Amino acid sequence: MAVVDPLIELRDVNKHFGTLHVLQDINLTVGRGEVVVVIGPSGSGKSTLCRAMNRLENVESGEIRIDGQPLPAEGKALARLRAEVGMVFQSFNLFAHRTVLANVSLAQIKVRGRKKEEADRRSRELLDRVGLADHADKYPAQLSGGQQQRVAIARALAMDPKALLFDEPTSALDPEMINEVLEVMQQLAHEGMTMVVVTHEMGFARSAANRVVFMADGRIVEDRPPEDFFTAPRSDRAKDFLSKILKH
Amino acid sequence: MDVLTDNFSLYGKGFLGTVELTVYASALALVLGFVMAAFRVAPVGSFRVFGAAWVTVLRNTPLTLLFFAVMLGLPRFGLVLPFELFAVLALGCYTSAFICEALRSGINTVPRGQGEAARSLGMTFAQTLGTVVLPQAFRSVIPPIGSTLIALAKNSAIAGAFSVTELLGTYKTLSELGYSIIWTFVWIAVGYLLITLTISVLFNVLEKRWGVAR
Repeated sequence: MAVVDPLIELRDVNKHFGTLHVLQDINLTVGRGEVVVVIGPSGSGKSTLCRAMNRLENVESGEIRIDGQPLPAEGKALARLRAEVGMVFQSFNLFAHRTVLANVSLAQIKVRGRKKEEADRRSRELLDRVGLADHADKYPAQLSGGQQQRVAIARALAMDPKALLFDEPTSALDPEMINEVLEVMQQLAHEGMTMVVVTHEMGFARSAANRVVFMADGRIVEDRPPEDFFTAPRSDRAKDFLSKILKH
Repeated sequence: MDVLTDNFSLYGKGFLGTVELTVYASALALVLGFVMAAFRVAPVGSFRVFGAAWVTVLRNTPLTLLFFAVMLGLPRFGLVLPFELFAVLALGCYTSAFICEALRSGINTVPRGQGEAARSLGMTFAQTLGTVVLPQAFRSVIPPIGSTLIALAKNSAIAGAFSVTELLGTYKTLSELGYSIIWTFVWIAVGYLLITLTISVLFNVLEKRWGVAR
């Protein structure tokens, strides 16, 4: 699929976990402002793909470029590049010893070199945007899962990233909290944020994604607009997957 | 009782010697242990290997042997230092291996994801360790580090065998002077207790102040 203005590019990426070939010749381009949802059965390599994009997982061969720049090796250059690509995790991963406000401000101060007042002001704006302005002085453990995940999104946004990676952001949440997180993500998608979202939320994929990437056994099996994919999947693997999850 | 009052200055010197050894070697052990723990979790492989080798060698060498190695070995390479300094070096390096492992166990109590989150925000390894991981690891390592430093205070007795003035060594002079060996050792034991209990109290205070709140 031709992409006009590529922001994230993966070329012939391969990775093994022991004998498991978890990423097999992955080619994927995500354009600026695009929302790409990655779905597939568990163990298909979706999370690894997502984590490879900011080198939390090393790949063995192939090339990954962010905004034209190849991902550098471990070190300061990689840190700088990671600051441009925010990440939201399944398990929130808020800093447990810091308040909500400090969680959002910390990297702004340490990485972006902002003054504390400036960082805190920006943090409060973002917390207000995700509906948590009143919780700024609480600790992460005092918040619900959905609230913690929204703080994590605010924390990632605070770096003014070019793109956001979501690694199963709602999989650890109670059902009634999933929507509050998806709403924030929907809003980001409408505002034109470039997003790669690994998820099992088919509703989100249908309504917010520009493209759906279906992975199975370490390969990208389909890469198509959501309507096409959900109404007429081409591969048997995808048909089988969809029949299992959409039946209820 | 006489043995203490008659030889107060001798005991005092020995006591101060042990205190000095303990304080300086502790400082060295804490700094080195901290650096080695950072090495052992570093993203660079050669650092991890160095840290692991440091711990393996020092933790598994008998302390007396290490004293011999430092006191007799280093001068052969032209490094001649006062015995006190050699003793601090041997004790500090030896204990740093244990401090390193205590710190590392503390680092392992901090969920891996928090480190990943910090790195994904663009924080460097040093920033991640310094602002996210260690402040949380610190809380759970206070008790084991206290124990390690208490062990260090007692291990410093070995230095006495290498002509360093310290508490246990005072018994030689006193027994030559004909004092009861039992009372000599009782007062030596009291001296050690003073030092180790002080460390205990210090770490209890630290734990109350910074320990993990439950």
